[in-house]
Amino acid sequence: MNTYSKSDRFILFTNKILLCGIVVVVLFPLLYVLLASLLEPNVLLSKGLSFNSSDWTLEGYRKIFEDGSIVRGFINSMLYSAGFTIVTVTVCILAGYSLSSDELVGKRFIMIFFLVTMFFNGGLIPTYLVVKNLGMLNTVWAIIIPNAINVWFIILSRTYFKSIPNELKEAARIDGASEFKIFLKIVFPLSKPIIFVIALYAFIGQWNSYFDAMIYLEDRDLYPLQLVLRSILIQNEVQPGMIGDQQAAAELQRISEMIKYSSIVLASLPLIIMYPFFQKYFEKGVMVGSLK
Amino acid sequence: MAKAGTETAVSAKPQSRWKVKWASVKRNHLLYWLLAPAILLTIVFKYVPMYGASIAFKDFSPIRGIMGSEWVGLKHFTSFLSSPNFMEILLNTIKLSSFELLIGFPIPIILALMLNQIRRAGVKKNIQLVLYAPHFISVVVISGMVFLFLSPTGPINAMLSFFTDKPVSFMSDPDAFRSIYIWSGVWQGAGWASIIYVAALANVDPQLHDAATVDGASLLQRIWHIDLPTLKPVMAVLFILAAGGIMAIGFEKAYLLQTSMNIPSSEIISTYVYKRGLQAGDYSFATAVGLFNALVNVILLVFVNGVVKKLNEGEGLL
Repeated sequence: MNTYSKSDRFILFTNKILLCGIVVVVLFPLLYVLLASLLEPNVLLSKGLSFNSSDWTLEGYRKIFEDGSIVRGFINSMLYSAGFTIVTVTVCILAGYSLSSDELVGKRFIMIFFLVTMFFNGGLIPTYLVVKNLGMLNTVWAIIIPNAINVWFIILSRTYFKSIPNELKEAARIDGASEFKIFLKIVFPLSKPIIFVIALYAFIGQWNSYFDAMIYLEDRDLYPLQLVLRSILIQNEVQPGMIGDQQAAAELQRISEMIKYSSIVLASLPLIIMYPFFQKYFEKGVMVGSLK
Repeated sequence: MAKAGTETAVSAKPQSRWKVKWASVKRNHLLYWLLAPAILLTIVFKYVPMYGASIAFKDFSPIRGIMGSEWVGLKHFTSFLSSPNFMEILLNTIKLSSFELLIGFPIPIILALMLNQIRRAGVKKNIQLVLYAPHFISVVVISGMVFLFLSPTGPINAMLSFFTDKPVSFMSDPDAFRSIYIWSGVWQGAGWASIIYVAALANVDPQLHDAATVDGASLLQRIWHIDLPTLKPVMAVLFILAAGGIMAIGFEKAYLLQTSMNIPSSEIISTYVYKRGLQAGDYSFATAVGLFNALVNVILLVFVNGVVKKLNEGEGLL
């Protein structure tokens, strides 16, 4: 039905070209990092990209595994993210389910109680003092517990639970099922998509965060991956184990650049590989959240 | 049956409303147990810190605790407001976030309109797949990439070497900080932010476009008169939310991209609070600065909401 005039077709054509340009701009840095992690740094500097197989090396990755701090950070991050996901999903889904019920007296008040915290908070220092007074400093709990409550997750799950037909619950109630049983046997299985979305958001959010770890953790053995990366990428602290015995400054510079690129790839790879499979779920989450 | 109904209604009357509610609470006590962990965590980690923010008006000493510390009124506020770097930090915060809003807000909308013109669903999906990818990279890695790319030996300088003979040291240039911050943010977030607009555009009735084409409307006219008005409500809400967060501008990236050289433009309120509070241990002063920030933010939120309401025929968020 749509017929395009000449000028329209010109605009459409320009649009395609521009979009191609944007895709290149977005993709280029990612590919560059990947290549830079595999190419001899000197070659990269002098010749740019090279397809000579002798210019390729896995040295950067080897150094990372030799030192172990990134590997340890990786494992720590996995544990923190998994623990955080379990806690936050449990707490928020239960609250969301409760708030979706028509029977709950004081629903409005409780909702406002949660919503207020989206706009007001005590700020960095008072929150830090609470965590400190609870004796959570330098423990995993400081990472997992204080941020476990996420109002947005509660709203998201409440919206979803509300869409589950009441008749289903009614029928179970008539059959004599307890509220708890109804949740476990009927609501929960129907809610797998939203639980999955929230879990994914929680996991990735925790995987990518560094701030809480930076202020609450002192022990380097507890550092999550992002903090280890910060010391390498931003603070230029190449771990002693990564560089052998004394080397010239230039050599040190060469290797540290390489380690930086390799560690970027290593840190981002899991998410980038997983993400095409999860894309549709992410979009679902954004939609449910926005159309409350 | 009808009689029984009236009877209960009559007998319920002398009972107070509270008793009826209480009965309902007792009947549904399980629902409250499900809420308990969330409420407990919110009280401890959100409301207690709100109370703790009172140390902004006290001289907090860790030994005496929040209760025992002495009230000093607005001392910390006045000392911040009169400190020599107050204006610089405040302006840095406002400039960084308002530029980010002005540049970062329209780009996803334009991107969505562009994507909307791609007819083949497969192609569109693949483009989106690429555009969303940077969203999943952490701030630390993004900042690390910025440092690597903009370093004197990095690829950007290698490209620039055709035009200039001396490498530009971007990261130590205060004038470059804002652009670096904002454009790296656009690179990372614009694709992802466009999702919601793309979804809104998918709901446009194709018949509207067909009718307009029959009436001789050009592509641009149709985008202007059909697509954009569709996006308006979403834009309004997102704009208020974004503007509401103006003063809450991310500590995370600003702190990571900060170097001792670009401090004159990269020191913003949140980084200042962190340094004065947690690094220097000046708890009360830093809390006062944080409160001041929150106050400015609330004023901004109310102001922007008012403006948007005026422009959007009375529809605002608040």
